[in-house]
Amino acid sequence: MTQDPTPEPFDEAEYRRRQRSRANLMAWILGALALLFFFITMARMVH
Amino acid sequence: MTPCYIGRGLPIRPEDELAQSLTHGEMTLPADWRDLFALTKPRVMSLVVFTALCGLLAAPGHVHPVLAFSSILAIALGAGASGALNQWYEAGLDAKMKRTANRPLPAGRLDPQTALHFGVGLAAFSVFLMLFAANWQAAALLTVSILFYVLVYTMWLKPRTPQNIVIGGAAGAFPPLIGWVAATGSVAPLPVMLFLLIFLWTPPHFWALALFVRSDYAAAGIPMMPVVAGERSTRRQILFYALIMAAAAIAPWPLGYTGALYGWTAILLSALFVALSVQVGVRQTGASDAMRPEKRLFAYSIAYLFILFGAVVADHIWPL
Repeated sequence: MTQDPTPEPFDEAEYRRRQRSRANLMAWILGALALLFFFITMARMVH
Repeated sequence: MTPCYIGRGLPIRPEDELAQSLTHGEMTLPADWRDLFALTKPRVMSLVVFTALCGLLAAPGHVHPVLAFSSILAIALGAGASGALNQWYEAGLDAKMKRTANRPLPAGRLDPQTALHFGVGLAAFSVFLMLFAANWQAAALLTVSILFYVLVYTMWLKPRTPQNIVIGGAAGAFPPLIGWVAATGSVAPLPVMLFLLIFLWTPPHFWALALFVRSDYAAAGIPMMPVVAGERSTRRQILFYALIMAAAAIAPWPLGYTGALYGWTAILLSALFVALSVQVGVRQTGASDAMRPEKRLFAYSIAYLFILFGAVVADHIWPL
């Protein structure tokens, strides 16, 4: 089974950088999924 | 630097509260997206995507490109989810092996709960996407393949029996079958033969690897064939599986499911596979052996599967 990871120190700037980077990535992924589901719907309508 | 610790991501807090949490060392660092990506075993995923794509392209009829892309994406996400759940379950074992010690969980860059949530979420989404883009049959097969890999192979077989790779190989054999079913909605003899080909290819592929990382598996207590049955027996079984795999690879041609282009490609590639397996099968090694024939067989086995599945598609497009 899994074990607890070894703690690693970090600072607030790193926390904020990661939070921003994940939020940006999530926004892009959600946008891409909205487009994908739109195109799938269109494809199923014509197919 | 304010001391704090890597772990699961927490919701955004007001600045003062964040500062206070950092001061008291109770805040955890959100996982880096690169570690989440590494959790999906991207290199394994490339083979899964390719074989699934070949299964889909070799199927009769026409699939809308958007639906084909979405089906392959669903299979890739399902494979990624399986890899993530495998790494979540095996983090303790991975920490004991040189080859896997730097993965995000054993290295401490990601906490187990994030990995578990990521894996389960990705698995559920991949099945939903397949259901939406293709059909329920493909979605059901994708569900079975994920559950088989995680529950049957990772949790049940791998820590218990040296036959783990033989039976567990079925999990990796699903993608071309799922690709075909996504395109047609039904199962046919050719994708079943492709399933059988990957199923029989898995033991020589993994045992070649297990021979040269044997000490790693022994250290982690995983009962891989070379650890339990010894090198000599493993080498004999590599040769045995290579022979029946070669027969399974060539069979679709004489049975009339493929043309001569695939048939001759399968004969030539399988002959080389068997030749490399003979080299591995008959040799005996000392403690300081560089294991070159085993490494060569492992590398060739990956190229073998890529080229052979490429030949299935080429044969479908340009039948001789």
